[in-house]
Formats: sequence, C-alpha cells, structure tokens
Amino acid sequence: MIRARGLEKRYGDRRILRGVEFDLTRGGLLVVTGPNGSGKTTLLRLCVGLATPTAGELAVEVERTRVGFLAHEPLLYRQLTALENLDLYGRLYRIPERRERIGMLLERFGLWDERHTRAASYSRGMLQRLALCRTLLHEPDLLVLDEPFSSLDDEGAALLDRELAERRELAALVVATHDPDRVLPLATAKLALG
Amino acid sequence: MTYLADVGALARKDLTLELRARDTLPAMLLFVLSILVVFHFVLPPESSDLAAKGLLWVGILFTALLGLTRAFAAEREDDAIDGLILATRDRSAIWLGKALAVFVFLALAELVALPAFALFFTDIGGGTIAGVVLADVGLCAVGTLLAAMATASRARELLLPLIFLPLAIPIVVGGVGASVGSHPATYAGFLALYDAIFALLAWASFDYVLTE
Repeated sequence: MIRARGLEKRYGDRRILRGVEFDLTRGGLLVVTGPNGSGKTTLLRLCVGLATPTAGELAVEVERTRVGFLAHEPLLYRQLTALENLDLYGRLYRIPERRERIGMLLERFGLWDERHTRAASYSRGMLQRLALCRTLLHEPDLLVLDEPFSSLDDEGAALLDRELAERRELAALVVATHDPDRVLPLATAKLALG
Repeated sequence: MTYLADVGALARKDLTLELRARDTLPAMLLFVLSILVVFHFVLPPESSDLAAKGLLWVGILFTALLGLTRAFAAEREDDAIDGLILATRDRSAIWLGKALAVFVFLALAELVALPAFALFFTDIGGGTIAGVVLADVGLCAVGTLLAAMATASRARELLLPLIFLPLAIPIVVGGVGASVGSHPATYAGFLALYDAIFALLAWASFDYVLTE
C-alpha cells in the first residue's frame, strides 16, 4: 500500500527527512517515533499527499479520498457544530448512509449529547475526539495518525485503542507518537526518525 | 451532479460560517458605505456623473478585495483546508464553492451600495447593473484563486492586493465602459469574455494552487 525508498524532504536549505525507507501493506501498522523536529509530521504529510518529496520514491496506492488523516490540528470548522462538521465531510466523502454513520461515531466517542454544540466550545480532548470521528468517518483504507493519543483522557485513549485494533484488520495504519508503548502491541513495523 | 453537490455543500458551509461569525459581510458593507460617504464629500458638486461612476468602481473593487482577504480565513484556522483537500474528489469544487460564497457576499454589499450611490450621486442605469453583475463574476473567479494562493503565504494581506489588482484592471475598464461608455454592450461583452476565460483558467489551475 505504501512503499518508500530513499525518501528525502527539504524546506529550502533545511533537510527534514533523509533516506527514509519502509513498506506498509493492508493489515500493517507502522509506528513512527522520533524527537521533536525529527520529521514525523512531515513524513505523515508526505504519506497522505499533502506534501511532495524532494527526492526518493514514495508510492501510495490509495485513492486520496480513501485516506484518513488525523493531524496536529483537528481540520475542522470551529463555528460549526460537531454534527455540521461531520455532515460536511460525510457529503464530500459521499458516504451512503451518512447520518447513521455520523450518529454511530458520535455515540461511540461520547459526543452525541454535544452534537449541536459548536466546536469552538469544545475542550481540547473533545476536539481530538471529534477529529477522530472525522478521520474514521469514511472507513479509510489508509489511516495516518499524528499523535492520536494527545489530549485524550483514559477513556478516550481506551476507545482509540479499540478503534485501532478494529481498523488494523481492514486498513493500513501509520501512527506517529511519542508514546510508542501504547501501539507497539499492534505494530508490524517501527520507524525511528532523527 | 455529485460535483455540484460538493460545490453546494462547500458554499453552504461558507454561508453558515458567515451567519455565525459575521466577520466578512458587515465589514464589506461598512467599508463600501464609508467609501461612498467619503467620495460624496470629496467630489466637488459640479463633478460629472462620469467621475462619480468611476469612484463607484473603485469602491466595488476594494470591497471585493476586502471580502477576498477573508475568504480563506476559516480554512486557515485549524488547517481545515487540508481536510477539504483530502475529502474532495475534484479540488476545483473548493474554488467554485468559495467563489460562489464570495459572490453572494459581494452581491449583498452591492444591494446596499448601489441604492446608496444613487442617493448620494446619480441614477444607475441597466448598463451599470449589468456591468456590476458581470464584474462580480470575474472578481470572484480570479480573486478566489489568488486568495487561495496568497493564503499559503505569511504575507498574505500584502500579497493578495499585489497580485489581484493588476488582474482586476480589465474588469474596471469593462465595468466603467459598461456604466458610462457610448457602447455599453461592447464592454459588457468584454466583461463576459473576461469572466469566461479567467473562470476557466481558475477552475483548471486550482488543483495546482493547492499542491505544495
């Protein structure tokens, strides 16, 4: 599903990534670790197609709309409610039974009662939960998660653990984290940057 | 149809955001009315209608620029533009949805501005109204593309006027010609041609604008 060979990324004179190589297939989970500034986020943006490599080869055999990307920022509209945000993405992803899927995710991530609340009023943890709902909404084939456990409480983290275990069977996963122990039991490969 | 459904969903999102935040349209309204009031006092009473209509176009141009400066503000916040890039099958739908929303804001500002202009200066004929509608299409088509380009820059507030105003000169020429020229239909045709060419260019190139 993803094949990287000699991957390099530069921003001007600054080299962010050099010689990154990995393979990832459906059912695989790649854990990406490294200190701040080691290029984890850059690598994830390359994987989802939001950035292009400076050199090397990166083949991602997944349609862009079949990718689920959880970034540092929630990629949501603060002035829209949780329901409106997910409805917008559900329409764009053309999910057949959009309302049922949105309702199920909001229920699962404990946001159903707050579905008519604007995202601007959400706490950081609730925003992360909503961002996870957005990421999982279209049941992506490639799931790319940047620090998915950040801001989540124990209950939220446990929910995500279950979700990752379920999704791993159906998709390829790339997870960048400072807390690799959490996902290592599910991991099929590990990439240490920096 | 699905492409148009995407465009509709994106434009509706922008209108909802504006209804909630109210940070673009009120600013455009206040700006265009203020500029008309200033021109009313600046322009000598014996000035011709031609001069007044020229100033109307200055007002419309800078009001559009004000709206365009805010066009991608919601997408910059929380990097929502990345979410849209990943979710839309055809990225030009983002451009078209945004251009439609900007068009609505500009048209609403003009619904207030044009009667105000008639009150302060002189009557507005059919040629001027046709010119304004056609100019709005061009301003929104080109402006939305350039606003998306500028939004990636740190100096976006400076960059947008620098790249937008030169490309808007033909619109001002066509708009003024349609308002005061002896052959308004010719100028309206010129505006329609500009709209068609630049809308097509913007639609086709938007995907590249969003690429890193």
